[in-house]
Amino acid sequence: MTLLAVEHIEVRYGGLIGVADVSLEVPSGAVVALLGSNGAGKTTTLNAIAGLVPTTRGSITLGTERIDRKPAYAIVRKGLALSPEGWRLFLQQTVERNLRLGATPVADRSRQAALLERVYAVFPKLAERRHQYAGTLSGGERQMLAIGRALMSSPKLLMLDEPSLGLAPAVIDFLYETLVRLRREGLTILLAEQAIEMALEVADYAHVLQVGRSVLSGPARQIARDPEVQRIYLGVGEIRAAEPT
Amino acid sequence: MSSTFIQVIASGLLLGAVYALFSSGLTLIWGMMNVINFAHGDFVMLGMYVAFVVWTVMGGGPAAAVPIAALVLASLGIVCYFVLIRHITRGPMLAQILGTFGLALLLRYSAFWYFGTSFRTLPETLVGGTLPIGPIRIESSRLLAGVVALVVTVCLHLLLTRTTLGSRMLAVAEDADAAELMGIRPDRMQAIAWGLAAAATGIAGALIANFFYVAPSVGETLAIVAFVTVSLGGFGSVPGALAAGLLIGIVEQVSAYAIGAIYKDIVVYALFVLALWLRPVGLMGRA
Ligand SMILES: Nc1ncnc2c1ncn2[C@@H]1O[C@H](COP(=O)(O)OP(=O)(O)OP(=O)(O)O)[C@@H](O)[C@H]1O
Ligand SMILES: [Mg+2]
Repeated sequence: MTLLAVEHIEVRYGGLIGVADVSLEVPSGAVVALLGSNGAGKTTTLNAIAGLVPTTRGSITLGTERIDRKPAYAIVRKGLALSPEGWRLFLQQTVERNLRLGATPVADRSRQAALLERVYAVFPKLAERRHQYAGTLSGGERQMLAIGRALMSSPKLLMLDEPSLGLAPAVIDFLYETLVRLRREGLTILLAEQAIEMALEVADYAHVLQVGRSVLSGPARQIARDPEVQRIYLGVGEIRAAEPT
Repeated sequence: MSSTFIQVIASGLLLGAVYALFSSGLTLIWGMMNVINFAHGDFVMLGMYVAFVVWTVMGGGPAAAVPIAALVLASLGIVCYFVLIRHITRGPMLAQILGTFGLALLLRYSAFWYFGTSFRTLPETLVGGTLPIGPIRIESSRLLAGVVALVVTVCLHLLLTRTTLGSRMLAVAEDADAAELMGIRPDRMQAIAWGLAAAATGIAGALIANFFYVAPSVGETLAIVAFVTVSLGGFGSVPGALAAGLLIGIVEQVSAYAIGAIYKDIVVYALFVLALWLRPVGLMGRA
C-alpha cells in the first residue's frame, strides 16, 4: 500500500526554481532513499511534503488525502514528521523540552511519558542529557535529538534530511542501525542523503534527483548496481566544475 | 544609612518594578517576533484610562481596575495582532515601524477625542495615604504598584520558562518554522504573546494611575522609559527587563533626590548610553 505519493511537484523560490518536476512513492513500512548531489532538490522536496514551502504544481497525497496546500502544523498532525536539514533544534530549551515540543500533535497528554521513555530507550545519550540545553549538545547528539523530537509525534512516516551530514563514522553507523530498528518496529522512513552507499544499504527503494528533477527510481539493490547513478553524480560534478566562477 | 536615603532607594525599587512590568511586554513582543511596538507606551496610557473609567463609572479602586485593565488590554492586543501586526510582519522593516507608529497615533488621538486634553488624576484616598515601614513612610499607592508589578513580572517569567505554553512560545520565538513542524501554530502563539504583553502593560497603567497624572500623551514619556529598560536589559529577556527596570527606578530616584528632579532623565540616559557602550547586548541579552 502506498503511504505517500508525490506527483510531478514544482517548487519556486521567488523567480528561482527549487525543484522542477519531482515524483516519488513511499510504500507503507518501507525505507525509501531520496538521493542526489548538492542542490539537487532533496531538502526542497522534503520541505514541500512537510508543508514548509508551497508547491506551485503537482500533488502530494498521504494515504488517500491531498496534503499539499495544508500548513505544516496540520501535516504533522496527520502523522508525517520531518527531522529537518540543519536540525533546527530549540537551542535555548532543554533536551527534554525539545522532545516534549515534538509531542505537541499528540492530543492525549498521558501518552507523552511513554513516548519520552521510548525515545530515551532508542537514544540513551539523550536521557543522560535530558536537563541540558540543546545548545550544549555535540553534533551527533543534536542529530539524535532532532530524530527523537520527530519520533515524539509518533508518526506513521518519518522524513530525515541528511542524517549523516557532518557526523563521525561511528555516530553515522549507530544512527543507521537505529533506523533499521525503527523500521523493524513498523515505521515508514523517507531518507534524503548525499551519502548514497550508506542510504542504499538500508533502503528498499530509491529515487534519484538531478537538478530538481526525478531521473531514476527503483528498488535500492537495482539502483546500487546501476552505472547510471555514478554517472549522474559525477556528471553533475563535471557541469559544476565547468561553470565559470 | 540615613532614613531619607533608604526612602529614596525604596521608592526607586517600587517605581522600577512598574517599569519592569510594562517593559517586559515590549521585550516579549520583540523576543517573539522581532517587532518593536511603538504603540507600547500608548497601551500603558489606555491602562491608565481604564483605571480612570473604572473609578468614574463604578467608583472602583485598583482591585477592580487591575483585572479589568488586564482583560481590556489583552483583548486589544490580540485584535491588534490579527488586524495589523500579522500583516505588517511580512513586510519590510519600515512597514513595521510605520505600522506600530500609526497604531500609536490612532490610540493617542482616540484618547484625545474621547477623554479630552486635560490631565486627570485619581483621588489619593482611593488607595489611601502613606504607610510607615520601619524608619520610612511609603505612599500606599506606590507600594501596591511596586509589589503587584513585581509579582506579575515574575509570573510572566515563570509562565514562559515553566509551562508548556511558555515552551511553545519560546519555540516560536527561536524558530517559527521548526515550531510549526512540531504542530504548533506560530500565529496563535504570537497572538497570545500580544495578549500577554498588552495585559502586562494594562496592569502597569492601572497601577501607575494611582499616583501619576492621566493624559492622552502620557504614553510618550513611558514608552521612552520602556525602550531604555529593554535595551539595557537585553532585547527579549524578561529577567533583563526586571533587573534594568529596578536599576533605572533607583537611578532615577537617587538622581532626582541628589541633583534635582528635572535632571533625573539626563542621568538615566547617561547610564543607558554608558551601559550600551560597555555591553551592547544589554545586561542579560544574548549576543
Ligand atoms: N531558500 C531558498 N531560496 C532560494 N533558492 C533556494 C532556497 N533553498 C534552496 N534553493 C535552491 O533550490 C535548489 C534545490 O536546493 P535544495 O536545498 O533542495 O537541494 P539539496 O538536494 O537539499 O542540496 P544539499 O545536498 O546541498 O542539501 C538549489 O538550486 C538551491 O540553490
Ligand atoms: Mg539539503
